Formats: sequence, structure tokens, C-alpha cells
Amino acid sequence: MRKWLSKNIIRIYAGVALFYVFIPVAYTIVFSFNDSKKRNINWQGFTFNNWLNPCDADGICEALGNSLRIGFISTLISTVIGTMIAFAIGRYAFKGRSSVNLLIFLPMATPEIVLGASLLAMFLNLGINPGFWPTIIAHVMFCISFVVVTVKARIAGLDPKLEEAARDLYANEWETFRRVTFPLVLPGVAAAALLAFALSFDDFIITNFNSGTVSTFPKFVWVSATRGVPPQANVVGSIMFIGALAIVILGQVVNRRKVR
Amino acid sequence: MGDEVSKFVQGDLKLVNLTKEFGDFTAVDDLTLTIPKGSFFALLGPSGCGKTTTLRMIAGLEEPTSGTISIGDKNITDLKSYSRPVNTVFQNYALFPHLSIFENVAFGLRRRGIKDVKETVMKALELVELGHLKDRKPAQLSGGQQQRIAVARAIVNRPAVLLLDEPLGALDLKLRRQMQIELKWIQTEVGITFIHVTHDQEEAMTMADTIAVMNNGKIEQLGSPSELYENPKTTFVANFLGQSNFLQGIVESESNGETIVIAHGIRITMPSSRNNGSTASVKIGVRPEKFRIHFVGSELPGNLLIGGVVTDISFVGVSTQYMVEMPWKQEIMVFEQNDGGAPNIKKGDQVSLTWEPQFTFALNGE
Amino acid sequence: MSNLETLQKEPRSGLLKNYKLEFTPYLLLIPGLLWLFTFFILPILNLSTTSTKTRSPSFETGAFDQTWRFLNYVDAFVENQEQFYRSFIYALIATVLALAIAYPLAYAIAFRSGAMKNILLVLVIAPFFTSFLLRTLAWKQILGSEGPVVSLLQNLNIMNSGQTITATSFSVIMGLTYNFLPFMTLPIYASLDRIDPKLLEASGDLFANSLNTFRKVTLPLSMPGVVAGTLLTFIPASGDYINASILGNPNTKMIGNVIDSRFFRVVDYPTAAALSFILMAVILIIVSVYIRRTGTDELV
Repeated sequence: MRKWLSKNIIRIYAGVALFYVFIPVAYTIVFSFNDSKKRNINWQGFTFNNWLNPCDADGICEALGNSLRIGFISTLISTVIGTMIAFAIGRYAFKGRSSVNLLIFLPMATPEIVLGASLLAMFLNLGINPGFWPTIIAHVMFCISFVVVTVKARIAGLDPKLEEAARDLYANEWETFRRVTFPLVLPGVAAAALLAFALSFDDFIITNFNSGTVSTFPKFVWVSATRGVPPQANVVGSIMFIGALAIVILGQVVNRRKVR
Repeated sequence: MGDEVSKFVQGDLKLVNLTKEFGDFTAVDDLTLTIPKGSFFALLGPSGCGKTTTLRMIAGLEEPTSGTISIGDKNITDLKSYSRPVNTVFQNYALFPHLSIFENVAFGLRRRGIKDVKETVMKALELVELGHLKDRKPAQLSGGQQQRIAVARAIVNRPAVLLLDEPLGALDLKLRRQMQIELKWIQTEVGITFIHVTHDQEEAMTMADTIAVMNNGKIEQLGSPSELYENPKTTFVANFLGQSNFLQGIVESESNGETIVIAHGIRITMPSSRNNGSTASVKIGVRPEKFRIHFVGSELPGNLLIGGVVTDISFVGVSTQYMVEMPWKQEIMVFEQNDGGAPNIKKGDQVSLTWEPQFTFALNGE
Repeated sequence: MSNLETLQKEPRSGLLKNYKLEFTPYLLLIPGLLWLFTFFILPILNLSTTSTKTRSPSFETGAFDQTWRFLNYVDAFVENQEQFYRSFIYALIATVLALAIAYPLAYAIAFRSGAMKNILLVLVIAPFFTSFLLRTLAWKQILGSEGPVVSLLQNLNIMNSGQTITATSFSVIMGLTYNFLPFMTLPIYASLDRIDPKLLEASGDLFANSLNTFRKVTLPLSMPGVVAGTLLTFIPASGDYINASILGNPNTKMIGNVIDSRFFRVVDYPTAAALSFILMAVILIIVSVYIRRTGTDELV
């Protein structure tokens, strides 16, 4: 028994940690089926209504739509330009490389509240009203660093011999990139895009500064928190959780297919 | 870029005054070398001797600091690696993990704009006997199979020169032996110049027609495996290929093609042609298996060392290895075949050593 | 052998091209650097000029004059000392707790999960796609005075009625720990996963017991992940105000709450800017000392 315990203690610990991670998720999912009208705090009975009519809560679907739009656009822009930076840093030695590394690191070392506040102050000075596009600008700004870090890790893990082999086999620079480098870095780019979308979709602090009157899903939750969050918000949260799970599992399956 | 690549003049590969410096470090030092068309050539040397750098310069993956590389009459020094009629079998193979075996092998053909690749690719796969695996991914193949695919991927392009960078290093011993024979066979079959880089002297000797032993960015000696082994020209070669015993001596006389050397007061006779030294002070070299070991009084004719004491015996199957301490406290290594011919010698026995003069070689003394 | 040769004597030329006048890297960098310069560096510089302004004599809301009053910084710090200390202490405790939870979790996934590895990894990440705010609000309900935990503890007479779990520093720290956990787990997992299991076997071969193997081999090799994880947890945690707002009380306010209210409620931009700068400066000092100490140069 003692031996079993000492052998499996780390697994048990990990299990407890996972349980801790899942408590609020389970709560969110369970309460998405709660038959309460507004204050979704006490259990009122089971219903599918919230799932069937997720737009019933005032303004939730508009907020969700904005969040999705902002998320997609920010993800697209930040993934493209972040990937470009990652290739420059990961593949070339050039003057000022360490300064670029620092510039990439700094936004991650700056608290969100400072990022959001400083950007808002500048927009106001320039006479730009906060709203949809300022929010996208802000999201791209803080997503870039995370994209760079994620893609760069993938590039660093790439065997340079593979690119040499391509050049040795009559592929010029462009063909080497198109046929070998990029396909091999692609999973890293996909992971970076997923991360960027998650960060953008879930961001509250920076968005709150720069979105003005444009509502987003986190803003909707924040505003309704004082009165009680409607169960439809839990539906959206649950869908996000299940969607993320599905995307990642799908990615795994596709990956395994490819190898087979 | 079309097919101009393969229309290259075929011919001997010539390296002239090739030098590569990395900062203060000279990896390849003024190397001049001609590798005949169709030969199996090995670059042999320890880690850091510059053999891999030489190979990478031939492939176009490294730019020489100075010097030229040409094939036949065509100077290829400034050509990009993708325009050279040279292909490489990389160490650890560098197969593209995202492409099928078929697409890996077809890669070079497709990049040269060849449309109908199927037949050529399948032929190359048949040559390495792996046609049935064409739809697999590299990760699903064993090490030996990956190695053969790497060879097929390179030779399918019919390059003028095929470079092999320690191609067998990742395989276990048994598979390595088998692949050595197979590679040799493939080379005869396709008739392409093979340049094989390795630090394994046995591998180089088994496969290559000609071996260049490299050390510190220079070629120490060039020749057939037997030449290098039987008559090494430098101490480095003598020690890198097999083992040698050395006796410090002075040349006493030279006449009629016969040289007499006095070492530790002993007269040693050897053919003058095998004296690679240029000074009076020489180092006499004898390979351990050339010695015969005897009880005192039953010696064979030839050169003779007396007064030895056996300090260690180890049995290694095909042979027995003896360590014999000479009166001047030097230990001599002796290999005797286990064919029943050797006397039953034990540790501590007084013994004499003899060898035939023709097996002696001499190098510059210290 | 030849690997060693390449490593020691010859630069890995495939990885980075030699210093040459090449335009490609600069072309690749232009859009991203321009973006970061315009929307990160310039706003920060702009904020620095705001930090030394003073309220305009007209007393109109939101109107400030540039008077280069650097005393704003002293005032801002003295006035909010308590919140500063609290922010860094909370963030520090949350970071240590997150490390204590994440390291064994990442270790178990990397080395003890077998075929379950990918599934477990997904399970660790997926919860964090459920909105950050929703999860924090869920904790508030779960730990709240009407929630299951409190009623259980009250029934067991461990807690008196009237005592709460939420609205305490405990719940704020717990929230911080929870919300930044993936930022800790993923970098540690990534660096553990990179360790060749053969290295661990080799260490076992050399008569190191499992504790020694961990201390001498695993832990040092996973340090880059630990450094990255602790930074990615500590930095956002010290600037956070959501957890303190939802799970705390007026006495658990962090510096983020102060900056937020200075900006939106009090409309005192200079003080908000000065506080932001002090926060950033302290974080940068802590981070650079920490990086020096742990000897990790390249973080990104």
C-alpha cells in the first residue's frame, strides 16, 4: 500500500489539481441548465430552454457576435505578423536581434491595465473614439508577442538539416520554404492562432478601456454580474469550452491520420 | 531551373586549395584533392578534423573561404546547393516527416520540373527493396529502412557525386555491416561517385576504394585501404587505422634497398621503400598481429626482440592479445591467431618476439 | 561523434545565416514592429507625459496641464503604498501556489500519463476557454455564503455562521492562482516534455535515486519553463483587479483596482499614469533581477 502510494502520489496529486481546474467549469455547465430567469445563483430546476434560446438574455448575442468578430480579425492579423517576426528571429541573425526580442517581451511584462490605459489615453489625445477598431488594434498588439513565442518555439524545434536536404534536392529558397519549412511550422502557427483567439475572446481589461460603447461577451458578463449573470452566459461559456475541446481533439485525430 | 542541373558535364571531382575558416578556427586547411569519377571515396578522420565541413562545401551548404570545387571542367564553387549535380545522404537521414516515402523520393525530381516521376521513383525504391512502403510516412519506418530511403531519395536524381555524411552512424552494429555491403553494391550498380564521410576506420576500409585520412583540416595520407594500413606515412595514420607498436631508433645504414635501424641496441632490418622518415632518427612501427611470440630459444628467423616478460593476456575469440614488457620498460602489444600455432604462454613467462622485415615501417623519429 | 564536432567547432549554419546584409529579416519585421511601436511604445511614452500633468485651474473634468510635476509619482506612491505591497504579496503567493500545483501536474502529464498525454493536456487547457469572468464568478458562487462549501463547513461546525470565504484575501489569492494556472502549467510542461527520457534513465543507471535524478537532472532542465511560467503568472497577477473586485472586499484592493478607478471613476489621469509607471518599473526591476538570478537570458 505504501509502495503503491509513493509510486502514484504524483498521479493522485495531478488528479486533484485537475479536479480543482474543473470545479468552476462544471459549475458553469451545470448552471447553464438552471431554470432561473435572471439571478442564476440558486438551483431552480432543470431546463433546456437556455440552450435552445441563448439569445433570450438582452444583448448577449450582440456582445457574442462582437467578440467573435473582434477575435477572428485580431487572430488573423496577429497570427500573420507574429509569424513573420518569429521567422525573422528564429531563422536569421541580424543587427538588433536582441532589441527585437526585448520589444516582443515587453508587452508580456506589462500589466494589462497599463496596456489598456495607455492606449486609451493616446486614442483620446488623438481624438479617436474607443470602439470596434481600436479594440482590434489593442488585441492585435497584445496577441503578437504570444504568437511570436509560440511559433518561434516550433521553428527552434525544426531540424535545420531538413531545409538543407530540400536545398540539396534542387529546391530554391522559396520552394524550400513552401514545401518544407512552412508545412512543418504550420502546427505551431495553428496553435498560435488558437491561443490568440482565446486571449482576444476572453480579454476584459484592455477591451474595457478601448471598446467604448461596443459590447463584448466578457463586458456583458461583467456588467450583468452586479444584477446576476443570466444562465445564457453559462451556455456561451459551456459552448466555448466544448468547442475548444472539439477543435483540439479534432486536431489530434487529423494529426494521427496524417502519420498513419 | 529545368533540367540543366543533370546535363552537367560528368567527371572527376576536383578540390583545389579549398579552405574554410570559422572565425579563428580553420576547419579545412588548403585542401587539394581529385576524386575520380565513379569511385567510392572515403574521408576518414576524428571529430573536428574538417571532413564534414569539406562535404558540406561540396554540397554547397557551406561557402568556402577560398579555393575552388569543380566537376569535370565545370567550376561549381559559386553555384547554389540547389543547382549542383550533387546530392547528400544526411546523417540521421533528414527525411521530410510530412511527406510520404514516395513524395520524399520524388522531391528532387519534382523540383527539377520533371512531370512523370512515378516510374523513376519506383525504380529507385525497388533498388533499395522498399517499393511496398511508398505510402508510409518516415516516422513509421525503422532506422535501416529510413537509411535506405535517404539513399534512394538521393540517387534517384542521378547526381554526378553522392555525398554520404556518416550515413550508418545511427544504426546498430549488425545492421551497419549489412548496409555497408548494400551501399557498396548500390554504388557498383549505379556507377555514381560516392564520397563517404566517417570516423569509423573499419567502415571506411570495408567500403571505399580510396581513403583520405584527415586531421586538423589537412589530408594526412591518401591511398587504398591496404596501402594505408600496411604502410602508413604518419604516426596519426598508423594510430588511427588499427594499432601500432613503435620503437625509437637511428638509421645505421642503407644499401641494396635494405635499411638497418638500431633501436634499444637491437638491429632491425627493413625494406628501404618502407622508410617514410626523412631523418636519421626514426620510429619503427610494427602492427601487433605481425609479431610472433615464442618461448626463449625457439624463435623464428627475422627481426628479433628478446628479454620480454608477458604482463597481461586476454582472450578475444579469434585471437589472443598479449602485453609484453621489454627490458627498457616499453609494453609491446602482440596479437596471435587462435589457430593452435601459438605456444601455451602464461602471464610472467619470459618470451621473445619475431617478425618479418617486410612488415616493418618507419616514420620520422621524435 | 560527428554531432559533437558540429556543435563544438562549427556554427550551426543551417539555423542562422551569418551576418550579412540581408533584407529578408527586416522586411519580415516591419509590420509587427511598426504595430508594436505605434500601439505599445508610443502610448507608453504618451502616458509618461500624462503622468506629470496637473489638474487644469478650470477644474473641468478631464482637463490637465503639463506642469512636469514629478512629485505626482511620490504622491501616487505614498497614497497607495498599501495597495502596492498587497498587489506584490498577493501575486507572489499566487505564483508560488500556482507553481506548487502546476509543476507536479505538468510532470505527471509529461512523464506519467502514457497514452493519455494529449488528452490530459487538452483537459488542462480547455477549461480556460470558458470565460475568465464566468469562472471567477463561479468561484464566487461556489465559495459564497449561500454556496455548498460554506454550508458544509458550517454544518461540520468548522465555520461559524457569519464567517465567509469570499470577500477575504484568501479568496482573492485563490482566484489569482486559479486564473493564471495555465500560464504556469504550459511552459513547464513544454520544457519537461523536451527532456529526453533516456537522460532520466541514464541518471537512474548512474545510481541516482529518483529524488536525486529529479534534483540533478529534471529540475535544472525544466528551469526555463519554471522561469517563463512564474513570470507569466506573476506579471499579470500583480496588475490584476478582476479577482480582487469579484472575490475580495474593500480591504483587499490591489493596485489594479486603484488605477482602474482613477481612470474611470475619479478621472484623474495623471495619478493613474504615475501609478501605472511605478507598477511597470517595479515589475521590470523584479523581472530583470529574477532573470539575472536564474540565468535565463532569452525568454522569448
